[in-house]
This record gives sequence, C-alpha cells and structure tokens, in this order.
Amino acid sequence: MEEKRNIWKDYQKEIADDHYYYVRSCIRQSFFPASEEYFLHILKNELGKDIFDDPNHTTCTGIGYHADIVPFETIMTVVARHFALMKESGYKNIIISCVTSFGIYTEIIETWKHFPEKLEQTRENLYKATKREFDIPENMAHSSDIIYKFRNEIAEKAKYRLVNHLTREPLNIVEHIGCHYSKMFPKYGVGGAEFPQVLAGMIDAWGGNVIDYPERRHCCGFGFRQYLVQANRGYSVANSKKKFESMQPYKPDFVLCNCPGCTMFMDKWQYTISEIEGKTYGQNKEGIPVLTYEELAGLVLGYNPWDLGLQYHQIQSEPLLLKMGIDFSTEDKYKAKSGFQMPAPECPANINF
Amino acid sequence: MGYLYNQLLKDIRFVEGLNACMNCGVCTAICPAAEFYKYDPREIIDTVQTKDEKKIEVLMKSEAIWYCGQCMSCKTRCPRGNTPAMVVMALRTLSQKLGYFTESEKGRQQFAIKRTVGENILKYGYCVPTYAVEPAMHPEQGPIWNYIRENIEDVMERLGANLLKPGPGSMREIHQSNLDELSRIFEVSGGSELYNHIEHYSEKKASEMGLEFKKEGIDNDYFRHVYTYNSDNHGKE
Repeated sequence: MEEKRNIWKDYQKEIADDHYYYVRSCIRQSFFPASEEYFLHILKNELGKDIFDDPNHTTCTGIGYHADIVPFETIMTVVARHFALMKESGYKNIIISCVTSFGIYTEIIETWKHFPEKLEQTRENLYKATKREFDIPENMAHSSDIIYKFRNEIAEKAKYRLVNHLTREPLNIVEHIGCHYSKMFPKYGVGGAEFPQVLAGMIDAWGGNVIDYPERRHCCGFGFRQYLVQANRGYSVANSKKKFESMQPYKPDFVLCNCPGCTMFMDKWQYTISEIEGKTYGQNKEGIPVLTYEELAGLVLGYNPWDLGLQYHQIQSEPLLLKMGIDFSTEDKYKAKSGFQMPAPECPANINF
Repeated sequence: MGYLYNQLLKDIRFVEGLNACMNCGVCTAICPAAEFYKYDPREIIDTVQTKDEKKIEVLMKSEAIWYCGQCMSCKTRCPRGNTPAMVVMALRTLSQKLGYFTESEKGRQQFAIKRTVGENILKYGYCVPTYAVEPAMHPEQGPIWNYIRENIEDVMERLGANLLKPGPGSMREIHQSNLDELSRIFEVSGGSELYNHIEHYSEKKASEMGLEFKKEGIDNDYFRHVYTYNSDNHGKE
C-alpha cells in the first residue's frame, strides 16, 4: 500500500489556490465562447476567487507552431510577452484555457530549464520587440486543473448530479484528455500521462461513471496540418471514427473533453460521418453529445443550458438534459439576448436534431 | 559532419528529440499517422541517424515528413527519451528554409496554412477566429456552423462574448498596439523570415507548375490546388 502511495506521488500536481492571470484559447473563443465566460463566472461568483482577464494578450500562435509555419523562437517570445503582461498586472499564477497552448507553455519552460541560453535569447527578443521584461510563473495550470481542484466545492453547490434521475443509475461518460495535456510532459498534468485524473476526478465527484474503453487515449485526429488543409482531413476524421467505434458498445451518455480542438472535432466529425456513411453513434439516430468541462460544471450547478451554448454544438444535448432531469425551456433555445426569436438551424439529414 | 545535419543540430528540438534510437519501433506502434499513412517514424529517425547528407536531403523533399499529426504520443512511449515528432518539426522547418518543401505534394500545403492561419495571427491576433473560418472551406463543420456565421452577432452576444469590441472577453478586438507588438516579435525572432521563405518558394513552384499565383489572399489557383489536391497516393496499402 505504501508503495502504491509513493507511485501516486509522481502523478500529483500543485495547483495554486487563488489570484490567477487568465490566457484564452483561440478555438474556445471562436467555437465555445460561453465556456470561457462561465469559467470566469464560476471562479469569481461561485468560488470567490480573484482572476484577471487581460484584453492585451493575443493568440499564443500554437496552431501555427504545430503546423510548422511559426518558429520555436517566435512562439517562445509570444509566450514570454504573456508572462510579461502577467508580471505587469501583479500576478504570479497563470491559467491557460487551451491544451495546445498548455503543452507549448510546458515545452517552453522545460526548454528554458535545460537550455538557459534559450531563455536569455527569448528575453533579448522580447525586449527588442516590446521593451517588456518577464518572470516565469510560479504556478501554471490548465483551466480544467482549476475545475478539478474545486470539484468538491462545485459538488456541494450542485443542483443536478450525473445520474439518470429516473433509474438512479450513474451516467456513463467518456472522458477525452487531449494529447498535449500531459503526453509530452506528464508531470504537468493531474495524474500524468498514464493515469490522467483531471476529468475523471470531476466525473467521480459529480456522481457519474467513467467508461474505460480500448481507444480511450487515442488522439482525436486534429493533427494540425492534417485538419487545416482540406486535402488531409481524411486523417482527422478517421482517428475520431476509430474512437467512436471503440466507445459505442459502452453506450456513453456523453463525451467530456479537456481540449478545445478535441471538443470541436468530436462534435463535428459525428456530423461528417453521418453524411458519409449515414452512421450515428448515439441511440435513436442521435449523436453522442460532446461537452466542455465548464459546460458540464454549469449543468451541474443548474445554469441555463442555452446560456452555456449547448444549442450551438452540432450534436444536440436534449437527451442528456432529460436524463439528468434538467428543467429547460425549448422556447429559449434560439433566443437572442434581446429576447428576439431567432430562426432554428437546419437539421442535418442523418442525425436527429 | 555535413551541412544539413549541422543545420538540424542548431534546432533545439532536434537536439532534445534525438538521443540514441535503438530501432525498437514503439513510436511506430503508437503513431496514429503510421496507421493511416505510408509512414514510419522509426524510419525517419533511422535515416537521420545515418547523418548521410543525400539521404537527409531526400527525406526533407519527401512526403514522409509531412504525415506526422503532432500528437506527441511517441514522446510518452519512447524508452530512450526520443521524440520523433520533434525531430520531424526540425526537419519541416529546415525543409521550408531551404525550399525543399515544395518538392512534395504535402509539403506544398504549407502555403495554404501560411495564407490562412498565418495571416490570421498577424491580422486579427487569433489563429482561427469565428469570422475567418469560412463554411465553404469547412463543410465538415455542418449546418450549425453556417447558422452561427449567419447570426454571429446574436449568437456571440447570447454566449457572453465581446465580438470585435474593445476590452476583455471572448473574441474581443485585439488592439492595434498589441498586434504591432506581435508583428515586431515575428520580425526579431524569425517568424517573418519563415513566412517569406514559404511565400518565395511557393511562388517559384506555382510558376513551374503553370498555376496562377497572387501576392495576397486565397483567391488564386495555386492556393486552391495545394489546399484541395490529394493524389490519393499516401495511404497504407
């Protein structure tokens, strides 16, 4: 037993308790903007934490970096600029809203540790370009690490649990971590690369059942250039399909994702597969809903699913909401903030919508 | 030691990514790209380890270096602490500096990425802003994406975003002073130079192929060709 405890020591991660500087994700802002807004809302208003949302930071350029059009020296300097903005704002703990960015930040900090000359070169580049100076953060967390850290506090405030309210059985949930969270530098992820616990811990705390299926750790297939260029997208959809085929026998009620890209691809590729093959992976010709961890935390806390943005995923979530016993308004689904009734989106040919 | 190998050694990712490969093939076993493409990361490392200039040049002009999807699963699994995906990044960077990338169908696609994601970064401060992900170029995004694009202001407002407005929030306008800093970072750190290499060699290749090329934008035959053409000669047999 003592030996087991020692093994787990290697997979623990220190996560700061308060006072955070927040850097946003390109994909989440574009595809799941409410997730970032509700992350801030939960931290500030549910948990009483101090978090600074700085308008002056930009993309980290990570999609360009992993698609090989942005050099390492450039992305190191862009990230250093974010560290400089954090320092100027008086913060020492950074929260990163994107798994691709998070992987890059870990790669950069590890590079600077092993190659101090690269740190010096980056300091020079940043000063030359912006006259700014930076400190390396004292604590670095992915935004899911923060939700994981406060999962029990969220559970105490929960209005709904991850339980079928009619059968009282736990919901069956696939969790997908996203490769760059900890495959490169396991020590930066909760549970490392072998036993990632960041999403499973939330599911456990909120009453659900984590599905262990053969392709659980397989890549979603983003592949950067393999998706960005239309000619290559067969690679991307083939990898997601491999995962869906593997998880389908376990009848997942939904997929919980860590990474912005994975969330988008596992949602949209279900549509593509339905168009190509007429195949769907949920029951009754429905797809399997794919959620961000803030969307899930928001449902658990009793927020309006349409304020969370679930209607703007391609795979709709009503079957999940009904299972959880969530009270939702159909009329409110496509209303603008002003109350204006927007038209309903087109229904895909092969998915119940 | 030859010129190409020396150039690779200047890339820290190459130094970090290649220790001593014992050819066990675990990287290939875990690799999603090796399952889909005619691709074998073990062979890439094996070729580089020979330090044979001719073989490395052939590799950098080949399709093979463009198949990796950068999932980094090889990093977790290699028993010797190598990272073939990082060696591939170093090979791709050098291939673009030397103009070798236009010798392969997959390599030529770098032009499409530069003209889309690359331009977005400097113009908007985002890699893939909602308003730049065109439904016509992304049919896989489905009817919901058309809807979001057609109703972008109402959708973004309902979801709490701050679309193209000053101040904090999702999809906010990135202030010009911040974009200027980003551009200067690209100038001093080699980002602009790499963009210029991609443009220069792509224009040359477009001329060789007899395809229309324009100095800006995506409305030209060379862009359309590299973005969509697939010879279907890449998959595993």
